[in-house]
Amino acid sequence: MTTRDPQTLEQNVSPNPDNFSANLDKRYTIDIIFAIAVWTAVVIAIIVLASLLIDVAIDGLPTLDWGFLSNFPSRKPEQAGMKSAIFGSIWMMVTVAVVAFPLGVGAGIFLEEFAADTWFAKLIEININNLAGVPSIIYGLLGLMVFVRLLEPITGGRSLLSGALTESLLILPIIIVATREALRAVPDSLRQAGFALGATRWQVVREQVFPIAIPGILTGMILALSRAIGETAPLITIGALTFISFLPENLQSPFTVMPIQIYNWVSRPQTEFHDIAASGIIVLMVMLLVMNACAIFLRNKFQRRF
Amino acid sequence: MVSQSSNNVANASSELALQTENLKVFYGSNLAVRDVTLDIQKNRVVAFIGPSGCGKSTVLRCFNRMNDLIPSARVEGKITFHGTDLHAPSVDPVQLRRRIGMVFQKPNPFPKSIYENIAFGARINGYTGDMDELVEQSLRKAAIWDEVKDKLQESGLALSGGQQQRLCIARAIAIAPEVILMDEPCSALDPISTLRVEELIHELKQQYTIVIVTHNMQQASRVSDCTAFYNAEATETGNKVGYLVEYDETTTIFHNPAEKETQDYVSGRFG
Repeated sequence: MTTRDPQTLEQNVSPNPDNFSANLDKRYTIDIIFAIAVWTAVVIAIIVLASLLIDVAIDGLPTLDWGFLSNFPSRKPEQAGMKSAIFGSIWMMVTVAVVAFPLGVGAGIFLEEFAADTWFAKLIEININNLAGVPSIIYGLLGLMVFVRLLEPITGGRSLLSGALTESLLILPIIIVATREALRAVPDSLRQAGFALGATRWQVVREQVFPIAIPGILTGMILALSRAIGETAPLITIGALTFISFLPENLQSPFTVMPIQIYNWVSRPQTEFHDIAASGIIVLMVMLLVMNACAIFLRNKFQRRF
Repeated sequence: MVSQSSNNVANASSELALQTENLKVFYGSNLAVRDVTLDIQKNRVVAFIGPSGCGKSTVLRCFNRMNDLIPSARVEGKITFHGTDLHAPSVDPVQLRRRIGMVFQKPNPFPKSIYENIAFGARINGYTGDMDELVEQSLRKAAIWDEVKDKLQESGLALSGGQQQRLCIARAIAIAPEVILMDEPCSALDPISTLRVEELIHELKQQYTIVIVTHNMQQASRVSDCTAFYNAEATETGNKVGYLVEYDETTTIFHNPAEKETQDYVSGRFG
């Protein structure tokens, strides 16, 4: 109810049709202008990305061969390869996934489904959202202090395990946030139905909520891993080596990963190394694309048939 | 007067299933419904009617302690189920909900097969009998077996709204409850589906005690033995507080109510 004087408000009078002016020409012109603007934005984005990719391909493709994938790094650019970096990255991703998945998904489930709505839970929530935005170098410093120094007897110092734990910390907030989003998207009516049948909270989560949320959780997980695979700064901080001519044997082995290897090649003066750095970038990008493809595949596989 | 009318009903027949005494429900510091005192007898259908916001669903959700799931909700007063205080420490809400089932306003089958929709409740409650038999029995009791017997492995969501609601009823009775709470079970259904659910309620009455919230007064008069009429009043702060106006045999409520408010409501003068 508005506070207008009732006398000015006559009943049963509809608005005068003459007071509407269609002005279609002007409205359609604005339509077209806006369409052109957003189209330009798309074109610029694509051109930048494409020129980047083409440039990398021109530099890197000639030196990209089987030898490049199967050789260890070398002083001589024509013999240098990425084998140890590729294996390091794969070890790294598997370890990060094994550590971060249960922790992140578990924390997400707890916060969304189990935690009472207290100020403490809210405090944790705000902190997690903030952690997702903390620069990765800070995680590197934390990893250096905790995993490399304090926990050296367990991690073996500047090892794969230290690196993996550091990167796990880095992506935990992303996984937690993605898990919570996925759980929040599950309609509450299903939880109510479960509870009304005498299910406990865990039974409701396990049988009804989690299966529906899992495609979303997996997508978040893979996106988080895609971020981890490209991270360089925290690993350099904890002291990953740049020249490794052997494969990691266990989690306590020293290691290198692809972005560090690429960074190392780019920073050398010889142009030959710059070319193989471009080849390295191509390999890294293919690996990223493969991971994203896995994400889409897993999501479609787990998507409910119902 | 409220206690009087509930006594009218209590005198009429035998064993009490549910009983409330001066029930009050708060959400946070807001009183949502107050002073509900009524007795519900075994194997009868009790309808809760009243305008929106009068607390009838809130009272319904007290009977299986679904309000426990809302952190801010608080219940005062006494509710007993076969004489046992529902809020006694010995009463476990999970176990209680096995004995007091619920059907919701909007059909909410799980996004799983029809079979799995029925089997879920039985499985989590540790059912040891023959699951196939239980599924068939429950679907038969809910009068939906003939429509779904050839597609038990298909999604529950592929059914029509009315079928989904009967599936939800089948799901509720599969865990052998003693009471079934129905929160406006037909409000999302077309008249023919509504009729089928109402027929079903008549059959289920032999075995279960049913409490049904409905906005549809014809429905209340068709399906129920007793009717509770709730109304709401605004407080100074603008909140609405629901209260029980009158509780009696359905015929009395609709033809010869003791309260003028009830008379006005059932004759369609407001609400």
